[in-house]
Amino acid sequence: MGDILDSLKEILGERWVSNRPEELWYYSRDPGVLEPHRPDYVVAPQTPEQVQRIVQLAARERVPLVPMGNAMALTGLVIPLRGGIVVDMKRMNRILEVNEMARYAVVEGGTSQGALKAYLQEQYPHLRHSLPDAPAGTTIAANVALHGQGRLTQQYGFNSEMVCGLEIVLPTGEICRVGSPSLGPHWFSRGPALPDLSGLFLGWLGTTGIITKVGLRLYPNKRFREVEIFVTDMPELVPEVIYRLTHLELLEDMTVWFQPKPLMFKDNYHVTIYFTGDSQEEIEFKRKMVWDALQEFMDSKDGGFMVVDPLKPRLLEMPQRSVAEFADVPRGGGFEYSGPITLVEHFPRYAQKLVELAGKYDLLYAGTARVISGGHAMMFAISFAFNRADRAMMERVKAAMDEATEFALQMGSIPWKPNFMEQKMILQKMDPVTRGLIQSVRRLLDPNNIMNPGNWEV
Amino acid sequence: MLALRHDPEICKECPSPRCLLDCQYMEMGEEEARQEILKLARGEDSRLLKDCVTCYGCEEYCPYGNHPFFLICEMREKKGIYTAPRPITNQWINMTQMQGKALVGKLKDVALSSCVLPSLGTMASGEIFAGLSSSMVLGAEFMCPAVHTHFAKMSVLKERLPIVLGNFRRLGVRELICLHDECYGTFTSLAQAYGMEVPFEPVYYMDFLLRRLEELQEKLRPLELSVVYQRPCSNRWIPRKHAVAKKLLDMLGARLMERTYQDDNSLCCGGILRLIGGYKLSDEVQRRNIEDMARTGAEYCVFNCPACQETLGPKVAKAGLKPIHMIDLCKMALGEIPKGEV
Repeated sequence: MGDILDSLKEILGERWVSNRPEELWYYSRDPGVLEPHRPDYVVAPQTPEQVQRIVQLAARERVPLVPMGNAMALTGLVIPLRGGIVVDMKRMNRILEVNEMARYAVVEGGTSQGALKAYLQEQYPHLRHSLPDAPAGTTIAANVALHGQGRLTQQYGFNSEMVCGLEIVLPTGEICRVGSPSLGPHWFSRGPALPDLSGLFLGWLGTTGIITKVGLRLYPNKRFREVEIFVTDMPELVPEVIYRLTHLELLEDMTVWFQPKPLMFKDNYHVTIYFTGDSQEEIEFKRKMVWDALQEFMDSKDGGFMVVDPLKPRLLEMPQRSVAEFADVPRGGGFEYSGPITLVEHFPRYAQKLVELAGKYDLLYAGTARVISGGHAMMFAISFAFNRADRAMMERVKAAMDEATEFALQMGSIPWKPNFMEQKMILQKMDPVTRGLIQSVRRLLDPNNIMNPGNWEV
Repeated sequence: MLALRHDPEICKECPSPRCLLDCQYMEMGEEEARQEILKLARGEDSRLLKDCVTCYGCEEYCPYGNHPFFLICEMREKKGIYTAPRPITNQWINMTQMQGKALVGKLKDVALSSCVLPSLGTMASGEIFAGLSSSMVLGAEFMCPAVHTHFAKMSVLKERLPIVLGNFRRLGVRELICLHDECYGTFTSLAQAYGMEVPFEPVYYMDFLLRRLEELQEKLRPLELSVVYQRPCSNRWIPRKHAVAKKLLDMLGARLMERTYQDDNSLCCGGILRLIGGYKLSDEVQRRNIEDMARTGAEYCVFNCPACQETLGPKVAKAGLKPIHMIDLCKMALGEIPKGEV
């Protein structure tokens, strides 16, 4: 063990390696409900070459490696289940390139969402990326690695679909570039017209390598952004509302949410509709298209547009702080959610299940669904707030989450960023050939089984 | 159960049903108007139940105070007809529920009511409200539930208003200065229409402003501004108070510009129209209203109701008029708000 510590210090310098208990305590947990587990070391590299040497060391010594962004996935994906070395990527935070005309950026593997947002606002105000509703310190690489979503997911798909090139340190220590950067200096394509190797790293939750650079597509940042909220008390109407709105092909983002508190939100389902424009005329045109699309529901009195002006400053925030506020309703700031990717038409059944789980486990709930890729799917977040000081409440949340995952799998959905136990449930249900392929790929890429072990294990 | 004091005989004998003939949102001839109001009085189906946009105008037009609008609301609810979409209706019922969160200031004989509108409480400051700013009551426990008439939920109103009146009774205030026309209208018109006793003297805030400005006359500097005035829907419940706004503007040295939609044909701000029916009628009414304002060349658009100001303010600003609430205009005349800073 002493040798490993010395070797790490030799690679990174003393300051960026630690095995002090107070730091290991911090790196043993995330803000969710899973039990912590201590790593043996924590390191903070600054270059791909340092990452490479760390991986080579770990491979040689058969020591687990856990790559970490900002540890905000809430499902324990960076809890070192088998100890080993946590690789905190936050020092690799440079924005290496913005290609304005081709609309992409290249960032290092620890670059935060907030850093890219601020940089674009200042240097390229007409460009933006798909910002998730997560704290600004969360990282771009972690987000794409777990198929995150963001403000532009309704239009352009999962944030991982916006990747246009990757640099990864493989579990064997080689540095590999995927897509157009494997052929030249430009980061415009993750695969096409090559075999798309990005699929070997996106969705694998850090079990197939450490992402050191990400090419990310950027999109037009229009001058104005607006929001409307359509409200209905009939969950069965929500899929049709989404269908009509996505048919317009002009909306930025769309989320559906419901919660029992505060009272003004009780018993209703809220479809928050965002749209953008470069002029007020464009905004008004889009607003009318949105209202016209749903006029029939207003006429039948089954739905209507609520007054949004007082809520607008909050609704137009990016990222929104509503999640953090929800987490503190029962005091103690705990928040956990299960977010299966599913069909929009399943919304009513998920909504019913959430209310049922909240009742059964006596929990405060919030339901949110984000529409993905124009309605091909949605992410339905089954969310519970809890008090961290209340162990019994945390246990109830855990039980409710397990049941939610079981339900999602019964419904044919894909649990999003599943914890290690949920991963097992998924693999058990998976087609055996697919499961076998996952195993083979993993074995091929990580013959020493050092990368984030305990995750995606068959 | 509280019942509306409506006398169908008055409608039967009415020589000219102005309540409907003067309506700006439903067109009908004299005979049809007579038939429709009679149908309603008999409890039969009427196009009024479907077409009324809840502008409150008929409450002003009826010369007998027979409460045609409240009758429409009663019948709508009785027949299960929603004015606005059902989830919007219920949202307003839920969000205005009493939850024990009302704020009550240091009260003596007189209290200031800002209903459930914190912006009104913020405005009630400065020399005009000296000694009174801390006498505020704010919150659902003291809210006039008048907004539910827009949603034809008279049952909510009849359930909550007696509680509100009881809450005021317990406070023991002698006078309540109502900063929102809807409150004053509720306590002086709607409560009477349902035979409810009001345990205090409601004071119309513009009467209060007049009185205070007279007391502060030495500090008053004529504004020498041209203004138009946006009359709110709830002013229709208290039409006699419409003249007070004009008197106040005159006292401030604000020249009220003549325009088409000014008095008993005032137009709705469009907020409630949008909520209940969509943007088409709302946009059309707002366009006519704002064009009418802009045509006068006025510098300011003076609002009485904060909800109207929130809805219409940004749009009148785009048309080149500065939106301002009446209270702020008074403060401007006292030099508390610099001219042009609104």
